[in-house]
Amino acid sequence: MKARVFVTLKNGVLDPQGEAIRHALGTLGFEGVEGVRQGKVIDLDLAETDPDKAQAAAQEMCEKLLANTIIENYSVEIL
Amino acid sequence: MKSAVIVFPGSNCDRDMGVALTQATGREAQMVWHKDAALPQGLDMIALPGGFSFGDYLRCGAIAARAPIMRAVVDFAKRGGLVLGVCNGFQILIETGLLPGALMRNQTLKFICSDVHLSVETTRSPFTSAYGNRRVITVPIAHHDGAYIADDATLDRLEAEDRIAFRYVSAEGQPTADANPNGAARNIAGILSENRRVLGMMPHPERLADPALGGTDGAALFASLAAALEAA
Repeated sequence: MKARVFVTLKNGVLDPQGEAIRHALGTLGFEGVEGVRQGKVIDLDLAETDPDKAQAAAQEMCEKLLANTIIENYSVEIL
Repeated sequence: MKSAVIVFPGSNCDRDMGVALTQATGREAQMVWHKDAALPQGLDMIALPGGFSFGDYLRCGAIAARAPIMRAVVDFAKRGGLVLGVCNGFQILIETGLLPGALMRNQTLKFICSDVHLSVETTRSPFTSAYGNRRVITVPIAHHDGAYIADDATLDRLEAEDRIAFRYVSAEGQPTADANPNGAARNIAGILSENRRVLGMMPHPERLADPALGGTDGAALFASLAAALEAA
């Protein structure tokens, strides 16, 4: 079973990388990009076949390692 | 004093740290590999060195914080053991939860390698007692992800509890925006744990702890440690 984990910065946490991307988009002529926030996608290939259990396992992985919950939010999508 | 330096794949300040500790304490610092499950017997102090452990994969310090030896290091700290984390070592301490907050990408997005002025904000710790009245020191920084952040309540608490060990300041000792190299909240360069026995800092005292290195402003930190442990 495959799970996709999205890790994003919490609101209010400054994202200088997102800001640099926004500037570069402006330089390329993309107008009206008012904000950019950069995050991560982590794909997990799990032996688990039960979607609920896979969801719970991926969530525990996020809490313990994949996300820093002080500054990041995460969500899990079972594919 | 018996000290140890934890070595991770990608650590690159471990030898410098070992030399600084050995010189200050007169006893050879032991190098401990991250895959070891147990610490050497009778340790008084542990250092987590700078570098790029595990290639900074996922988040700086995140993988190292979950290395086998780190369970023993966290237990050691919780029992009141002295732990010093410098640069990547600070990032690892943050990732273990032994110190609050987070270390973010430098606001300039640049890797910064330069000497900075620091104010010693408190001498009430086993790491800073030997600085005495000497309040502005010069120590190098070398990092890409060193902007300390925490929520306002945590920052207020750190200040109220006198747990900010070092701030980035101007040569005159003022914590100005210009003196802040990486965008750290309230110019914070180093913080102490609640029991004051864990210190995390981005600047590298071990790189200026011997006259041969061009300065000795970092040496007092190691002298403080040696004195604290002799007195204990």
